[in-house]
Amino acid sequence: MAMESLGVLLLHPMNAYLEQELDSRFRLFRFWDSPPDGRAEFLRANSSAIRAVVGNAGYNADAALIDALPSLEIVASFSVGIDRVDLPKCRERGIRVTNTPDVLTDDVADLAVGLAIAALRKIPQADRYVRAGLWKAKGDYTLTTRFSGKRVGIIGLGRIGLAIATRVEAFDCPVNYYQRTKKDCPSYTYYPSVVELAANSDILVVACPLNEQTRHIVNREVIEALVPKGLLINIGRGPHVDEPELVSALVEGRLGGAGLDVFEDEPNVPEALFALDNVVLVPHVGSGTHETRQAMADLVLGNLEAHVLKKPLLTPVV
Amino acid sequence: VVATLKLATMAAAGGKPAVLLLRPVDAPFAAALRDRFRVLDLYAPGQALPALAFVAAAAAVPEPPRATVIWGGVRVDASFLDAAPSLRCVVSTAAGLDHIDLAECARRGVAVANSGEVYSTDVADYAVGLLLDVLRRVSASERYVRRGSWAAQGDYPLGSKLGGKRVGIIGLGNIGSRIAKRLEAFGCIIHYNSRKPKDSVSYKYFPNVHELAAESDVLVVACALNKATRHIVNKDVLEALGKDGVVVNIGRGANIDEAELVIALREGKIAGAGLDVFEHEPKVPAELFSMENVVLSRHVAVLTEESRSDLRAHTIGNLEAFFSGQPLLTPVHADSLAQ
Repeated sequence: MAMESLGVLLLHPMNAYLEQELDSRFRLFRFWDSPPDGRAEFLRANSSAIRAVVGNAGYNADAALIDALPSLEIVASFSVGIDRVDLPKCRERGIRVTNTPDVLTDDVADLAVGLAIAALRKIPQADRYVRAGLWKAKGDYTLTTRFSGKRVGIIGLGRIGLAIATRVEAFDCPVNYYQRTKKDCPSYTYYPSVVELAANSDILVVACPLNEQTRHIVNREVIEALVPKGLLINIGRGPHVDEPELVSALVEGRLGGAGLDVFEDEPNVPEALFALDNVVLVPHVGSGTHETRQAMADLVLGNLEAHVLKKPLLTPVV
Repeated sequence: VVATLKLATMAAAGGKPAVLLLRPVDAPFAAALRDRFRVLDLYAPGQALPALAFVAAAAAVPEPPRATVIWGGVRVDASFLDAAPSLRCVVSTAAGLDHIDLAECARRGVAVANSGEVYSTDVADYAVGLLLDVLRRVSASERYVRRGSWAAQGDYPLGSKLGGKRVGIIGLGNIGSRIAKRLEAFGCIIHYNSRKPKDSVSYKYFPNVHELAAESDVLVVACALNKATRHIVNKDVLEALGKDGVVVNIGRGANIDEAELVIALREGKIAGAGLDVFEHEPKVPAELFSMENVVLSRHVAVLTEESRSDLRAHTIGNLEAFFSGQPLLTPVHADSLAQ
């Protein structure tokens, strides 16, 4: 089957290079070309042609979309997290699913550490202060707290969790972790529950996949167990954290601070956080570098081509 | 008369050796000093003599101070040492030493102790934080979120990956070597320039900063400020660094030709900068305020609670060593720096 006959539905503008290449190599359908109230009609009209879907962290193949696409053979996600893909339905229908692991591991781990240093050392706050013209006297400062040597507790010691561990070790941070099964990592301390992990860490990092078991894995109990000056870093998914609980803990000063790349209802960020100077809020940029997005796009394209050529998929999940 | 009486009271504590304290200290530090020494405190409540007069008056009390604790604002030169001939030891709590005439101290046999590695970890951490912020646009994208643009305008533009970047460190001392160790863990390739190559490291050495910049994607200024390093990052170096290059300064503002840096940023000759220090603090070139590719900070790289308490322990350690005739913990020699 020729490449150009593969109808690919791109769910959202996510990357110019990816879109360009999909257009030139395959038969591209842009989901946003149809008005919001014309989507069902758009899918009906093109359902026999669309055999592939490309989604990302925010827009992906849920049950309704899969049901509307009887010819769907493959979902190639432009992300490593595929919590918004209905995996049981894909398995049931024999639809293949691919994601983009490994190529974004470094960037996400880098951002986790960057957020922690930024939050503890209040770098964005200093930047705001200087830009506002408020730095009038040389001795004008606030004391912050050291990053090096802080106990880092990682929820999920997968690819990203391990990459974070390697980085913080260079800062002499003791590494603790929680996941369902203990790993053979003698230099890292395992805790059998997230609450115990939080109780023994200064910085808690969410680095696990989002699924039914990990939704709200950081809840009120965990937030309360984290030391009063503790820091929460979320580079996973918004729903990993009970956001209203987190917001009230931060606003009431029961939690030292947070560095957040993800939110329950992106792109909406709880406005109560804007008044705080101990939080760092970034717009889901974990994999957001030119280098990594290019590599992710190539992986999506490579998976689609492998599918057409009936070769083994590069990074299958299903 | 009141001022002199005040000083005499401070000096009359009896028994303990006298220390001339010429910088403000917080309560725990003040208490720790008073526990061990007779403290002649320039900043004592009610003490009204100006600095040089206070130093001269302290030199005139019975059993005058043989040691002094200073910070960066106190110039230790011939006239200072003339005013207090009893001083045999200067303990500086500053990060740099550009305020001390080391040659003059050596000539007079006055020992100098610096702050050792008290600040090194926090400064190294801050340098890494600044670099990550510039490359990954943390502060810039944070501003975007806080003004509601994420919902209104969509995704923030992409940043640049840290891993694989060649980082050229200017000065591989206590701070530079910690920066190197940290950035290696992110997959960076470390290059450096310092007065001499270091046999103990495997990083690639460059004999001058121009060549370092030509083969680096990032330049980190981590050296002391002295005659040789003033404007060590100049127009030529910035050009050699190139349009994708990033500069991070946690040294001294005067290590970089600030006017040329602003031009290079304005003209896109370099890609960005993370700056904790400036040539004329607290003045920051206003042109930088509207740039998305710079991160600006207010000379706070050393300022953590932990470095405060480390400094207290370290300063007292040096004073106790001096008074008990032991070698200073962190002595500075005139010939160890190019002055």
